[in-house]
Amino acid sequence: MNMTMAEKVMARASGQAQAKAGQYVTAKPDRMMVHEAFAACAWILKSMGIKELYDPNRVVVMLDHYFPAPSVSMADVHIMIRQAVEEFGIKHFLGYSGICHQVMCESGHVIPGRLILGTDSHTTSYGAFGAAGTGIGQTEMSYVLATGEIWMMVPYTIRFHLTGGPVPGIMGKDIILQIAGDYGTEAAQYRSIEFYGPVADRMCLSDRQTMSNMGVEIGAKFSFFEADEKAVAYVRKRTDEPVDAFGPDEGAAYEATHIVDITDMEPQVAFPHNPGNVKPISSTGNVPVAQAYLGSCTNGRLEDIAVAAHILKGRKVHPKTRMLIAPASKEVILEATKCGYTRDLMEAGAHILPAGCGACPGGHMGLLGGGEACISSTNRNFRGRMGSENAHVYLGSPATVAASAITGRLTDPREFWNETTV
Amino acid sequence: MKTIISGKVWKFGHNIDTDAMAPWKTLNAGWEERSSSVLHIRPGFIDQVGSGDIIVAGRNWGCGSSREQAAENMKLLGIGAVVAESFGRIYFRNSVAIALPSIACTGVYDAFGEGDEMEINLNTSRVFNLTRGIELKGEPYTPDMLKIIEKGGLMNVLKERMSEHQGG
Ligand code: SF4
Repeated sequence: MNMTMAEKVMARASGQAQAKAGQYVTAKPDRMMVHEAFAACAWILKSMGIKELYDPNRVVVMLDHYFPAPSVSMADVHIMIRQAVEEFGIKHFLGYSGICHQVMCESGHVIPGRLILGTDSHTTSYGAFGAAGTGIGQTEMSYVLATGEIWMMVPYTIRFHLTGGPVPGIMGKDIILQIAGDYGTEAAQYRSIEFYGPVADRMCLSDRQTMSNMGVEIGAKFSFFEADEKAVAYVRKRTDEPVDAFGPDEGAAYEATHIVDITDMEPQVAFPHNPGNVKPISSTGNVPVAQAYLGSCTNGRLEDIAVAAHILKGRKVHPKTRMLIAPASKEVILEATKCGYTRDLMEAGAHILPAGCGACPGGHMGLLGGGEACISSTNRNFRGRMGSENAHVYLGSPATVAASAITGRLTDPREFWNETTV
Repeated sequence: MKTIISGKVWKFGHNIDTDAMAPWKTLNAGWEERSSSVLHIRPGFIDQVGSGDIIVAGRNWGCGSSREQAAENMKLLGIGAVVAESFGRIYFRNSVAIALPSIACTGVYDAFGEGDEMEINLNTSRVFNLTRGIELKGEPYTPDMLKIIEKGGLMNVLKERMSEHQGG
């Protein structure tokens, strides 16, 4: 049988030669990523008298959603997490490195063809490296931590054939937003996605991560790109484990194939309060923004910061707008500093925040007040997501965030720069 | 857990996200504070809803975050079941894990008005509108999911498994 990427991963994870879409299996994940939800998991496990995890070496624990601790009670939760990490003998504690999904990839835990479960919906990000990443809740994670296995359905797969271009001024973010707008936020509900075609092939890993990340915004369980030479080279540098290219079998069965031609694509913006409420930048009208937020697991990477730095270098953030940059990891901040990007951005008036989730989920460091609008490079603009229920979050690419920071209103980044190309 | 559930229906629309069910600022709060913002998109709902009432929703109920509090808050509010045209995937898994009956059922949104009486058979996923005399067929649970729900959640399954393990 010729298998999709999802079928191949699920076959391997369930110890079978083959797996077929629609089948229910008991899967053994290769990695479990747990952020601050580990506090709840540890509490559940301990209250049941469970002292040993199935395999602590498969577990990676992070602190990112509330890092650095925004309150004393959260600082206490972090203490409890670190204690539990020691008690359970977990070696992979990456608590101070940045946002979970970025750090998982940087630290070599994301390997093509592997199954990775995380206590976070954007675990789909790992599909950028051909890994099957998906989110679960804390009760299910506790079960997996204790037993090493979980029920899963082998998902049906839909494909997006990305073709056309190259188009100056467009990033992976614009493509995934356009897909959410055109195909709806349920286009991939319960499904696995495979992005492929010439645009996918030439796309940088960072843009692939953005698109895999937001796969969950259209309902996806997995959100794959093929692990090609580019992806394999990145991963090999970060792990001692064997890393091979990984893709679907020729002739695998797909539920649907959608062709996305980017040739005439404009930068895209998702309007409040849904990521599928998408308009091209030319029809967004006059929308003043009080805050421009660049960061998150979606768009807080070096490539994203480079784009913003190029746009903002020698220019100034609008006096009525504040620009906040929350890089996705410490590694990203360091690299951005070596490249001079943080200086360019700070000279333009932007603030550089610590690496972490920050304001993205409405946590801390940049929440919105009532009536304020924010152009954000994050992935969700649900009502109240970044602060006040009366705030308005607009989602766009890092280029759109940077350009809007200059003018103080939603702005086509091509007015300032057109080099970004996918 | 009972496999026949009945209750009065409250209706919600499409794409009701997890942030609307469990806003970030309340995730670690006690129930009193938490409850005040559950489904804040519909002011007054938490004061009107009664124990055992059923939510009927449109497409993609529970889209968004993996936060289990979204499903858990429904349970704590006393919601007996949620029947929606479709569910966000993680929300659906979470609701199975904590034994909150959630049935995906095409056509349910149009077949029910607010205040109608619903009966659900969890074994078959058949959904009845007792007020209007309509019967719909929802997506059935797999035997594994049904077992988790019947046992009152995945933690009870784990407890049993652990005691079997310790017993040899
Ligand atoms: S950056 Fe935002 S979307 Fe990403 S993991 Fe953190 S809270 Fe979630």
